[in-house]
Order: sequence, then structure tokens, then C-alpha cells
Amino acid sequence: MRDVEQKMIERAAALLQNGEVARVVGWKKGEFYFDPAPAVFETVDELKDFVYNGFCGANLSKYLIKVSKNEGKTAIFMKPCDSYSFNQLVKEHRVDREKIYVIAVECQGKLDIEKIKANGVTAVTNVEENGDKVTVSSLYGETVLDKADVMLGKCLTCKGKTHQAKDEDIILHEMPAPANNRFDEVAKLEAMTEDERFAFWKEQLQKCIRCNACRNVCPACSCLKCVFDNPSSGVAAKANDDRFEEQLFHVIRAFHVSGRCTDCGECSRVCPQNIPLHLLNRKFIKDIDGFYGEYQAGETAEGKTPLTSYKEEDLEVSDVFKGEGK
Amino acid sequence: MQDVTTGNKEFKPNIVAFCCNWCSYAGADLAGSSRLTYPANVKIIRVPCSCRVNPMFVLKAFQQGADGVILCGCHPGDCHYVTGNYYTRRRMALLFSFLNYMGIEKERTRVEWVSAAEGAKFSAVMNDFVKTVTELGENKRLTDLRVKEGK
Ligand code: SF4
Ligand code: SF4
Ligand code: SF4
Repeated sequence: MRDVEQKMIERAAALLQNGEVARVVGWKKGEFYFDPAPAVFETVDELKDFVYNGFCGANLSKYLIKVSKNEGKTAIFMKPCDSYSFNQLVKEHRVDREKIYVIAVECQGKLDIEKIKANGVTAVTNVEENGDKVTVSSLYGETVLDKADVMLGKCLTCKGKTHQAKDEDIILHEMPAPANNRFDEVAKLEAMTEDERFAFWKEQLQKCIRCNACRNVCPACSCLKCVFDNPSSGVAAKANDDRFEEQLFHVIRAFHVSGRCTDCGECSRVCPQNIPLHLLNRKFIKDIDGFYGEYQAGETAEGKTPLTSYKEEDLEVSDVFKGEGK
Repeated sequence: MQDVTTGNKEFKPNIVAFCCNWCSYAGADLAGSSRLTYPANVKIIRVPCSCRVNPMFVLKAFQQGADGVILCGCHPGDCHYVTGNYYTRRRMALLFSFLNYMGIEKERTRVEWVSAAEGAKFSAVMNDFVKTVTELGENKRLTDLRVKEGK
């Protein structure tokens, strides 16, 4: 991974130096090894803080909405999953493709520091990835862990390692994708009874603290005026009363991104309460695939979404629950 | 809901019916002028097209105490605005399937196509829906999805 990082810094420096781009969006060093943060680099000098390691799970594409409005071209490093979100933003006219230079970067699966800590390792100083193992160095010594045990949830069901948009790439090694089926967990819930499902979701959703992180991070949540901040949405109460959005926040959010959610997994990654939000969005994706034919949001930057199109012979609503034992 | 005026303890569900102006609302009218009945606890909300029903309206109705929500529109192919109900069909298929995935009883939601000439169908649909929801009982789940203890 170090060689990839080195190459990325070189390319970023070259692009900034020859004036091809005005800024580069990437990740910069955090306080610790495991908390790099998304950042915009405008000079070669600033690149001394640039990092690309196993903790760069953050999807950078949403930052383009803002930074690409500035003068000049913006270069951005993208992992395969980020490129889907990027296409979706281009398709929704939130980002102008012409103003972006996409550098597709290698991804070997990103790590979850919480899972490493859960293995009893604290005071982490460094993490080396070697194939399917990771060596975690801490103030107390070295620990070798199975990578599959400490990867981000989204990486365990990675959609694949093919970038859907790029102008050049930095891919120095093979990128094996995990073989897990991302719909298995949804199917498991579907197989439960209504009562069990309700109990499951109630248990999960009552943990929510309405920090709005899941909304703020989501590349599909890019409305200028979010319905949750909009008193003229038509469903807000006359008196100051937010019960509706409080109680139904998750349903509204998930529906708003249905047909547009690329399953980038960011919502679940950022939720401080570990609510499996991806299981909500994935239900919509699974249903769309099943009812209207397979559709992957963000695969291209053109075309209609399943909810802005129809077929005359579409499934009737009364047939939704037929023969599926739901 | 208890009927305080009669002291009748029999459960009467609150039903919200979104009816498209051009077909189903006219169908309801025809049912009335044909002296066909439908239960008084069905509250009709007239909308220009079934497609006008933002999924949030359905959720809001439930959160405000509806026990069942039904959408009625023109038959596919007969939409006054040509294609509105095709979008409704996709939207509601996904929304209702999703609500059921969260544990909401699937019988609480329904979409029916009722034309202006189908007064009898309107009456039959409403009677059947009210009967189904009455058997199901009060909607508690959608009003406290995020509360730990039931109300
Ligand atoms: S989901 Fe796939 S592409 Fe995205 S960070 Fe994880 S492994 Fe990489
Ligand atoms: S990130 Fe988690 S806790 Fe925060 S609003 Fe979303 S679901 Fe709730
Ligand atoms: S809903 Fe979650 S998985 Fe879907 S696009 Fe938004 S952040 Fe990504």
C-alpha cells in the first residue's frame, strides 16, 4: 500500500505543479494512524500530510459538490465504490464531469478501527496489511489479525473492484473482491415474521440519537433543502412538533434515496450507534432488482432511475406480497 | 378508537383513502348517488392524481393515527395525466414492501384502481378494507417505531 500512496502523492504533485488542476481531493493524516480525514490539497507543500492507508474508507465524492464549484479543475482519488457515487452525482447534475479529473486508486478493502479495538488491541500506532492478515502495532507490542475480521462492513460485501469512472488509474496490485452476497442479510430478515422484524428494527432504531450523520455523509442525500430541515415540505406540523420526522426518520431517509442509493455503505460506517442502515437501503435495491429488473445506481452517469420510469406491464401493488411468504 | 357517544367499545379503525379526482373520487360520488354505502370511518382525501401522493403523506397519515391507508386511482392506462399512476404503482409497491420489511402489517396498506364508473367497486373495496383493518386492530407500530416500550 505504501507504494500506492507514494505514487498518488507524485501524481497529485505533478498535476498541481503543471497547473492541470487547481486542487486535489484526498485524505490527510489525522491525529492517529487510524483516523485520516478527507481533505483538499491546493499546493504541493500541503501534500506532505497526504495519506492513503487501510483507514481511508471515507467516500470523497460528495465533497465535489462544493469544491468543484470553485475556479479550475479538481482532481479526486476514488476507490471503486466511490466511483458509483460519483456517477450518480454527475447524473443528478450535482457535479460537472468536465471539471473533475478522476484518479482511480487501488483498494484492498478498508479497515474498521472499532473491530481492531474489539480484538483487545489498544493504543494502535501502525497497521501493516499483508494479504489476508493485518499486523497491528501498538504501544504494547504486535498483534496479527485476520483481515476479514477487522474490515469495514461495507468491504465484506464489496460490489466489485472495477471503477465505474476514471481518467487515469493507480492500480499496482491485484484486487480480489470478497465473495459474500450482499443480499443475504436482507433475505434473512425477510424470512422472519412481521413481529420478529418489528422487534428487530425497533431495537435497532431506538438507539438512534438523530445526529444526522447518516444523512450528511450520504452522496445520494444532496438536496439543497433537505426535507428534514424544510418547514414547507407540506408534511410539517403547524405547531412546532417534530414527532413525525423523529419517528419516521429512517423510513423517509431510506425512501428518499431509493433508486439512487449506490450501496456505498457510508451511512452504516458513520453511524455512531452502529445501526445497520445499509439493511434498509438494500431492501429497496433488492426489491427494485426483483420487481423491475436488475439495476445498479451509479453504474453509469446517464439514464433514468427505477422510480422515474415505468413499464406498462409492471407488477401490481396487490401482487407484491403474493407467493413470497413475506 | 372508542365511540364515546354510544359507549360502543367495538374497534372502529381510522382509514385514510387518497382518491384521485378524475376516477376514484368520481367513483365514490357514484357510489353515493347509487345509494351504495361505505363505512363512515373512511376519510377521503381528494388528490389531483394518485401520483400526487408523496410517500410522506402515507407515513404522516399513519403517524397521526390512521390504522389503514388506501390509495385509489384510475386504472393503469386511463390516467387523466396519461402516466401518473404508473409512477404511483412503482412507488407504492416499494414503499409498502419496505414497511412490511420493518414489521408493519402488510394488510394496512393497499392500492386499488377504481374508475369513475365503478361505484360498486368503490363501495366493495372500502367495505373490505375496513373489515380487514378492523380485524387487525389498532396501528401501534408505525407510531412508535423508535420507542422502546409499546404505548
Ligand atoms: S467497498 Fe470495496 S471498493 Fe469500497 S472501500 Fe470497501 S473494498 Fe474498497
Ligand atoms: S447516523 Fe445513526 S444515530 Fe445518527 S441519525 Fe443516522 S441512524 Fe441515527
Ligand atoms: S444511503 Fe447509505 S449506502 Fe446508500 S448512497 Fe447513501 S450513504 Fe451510501
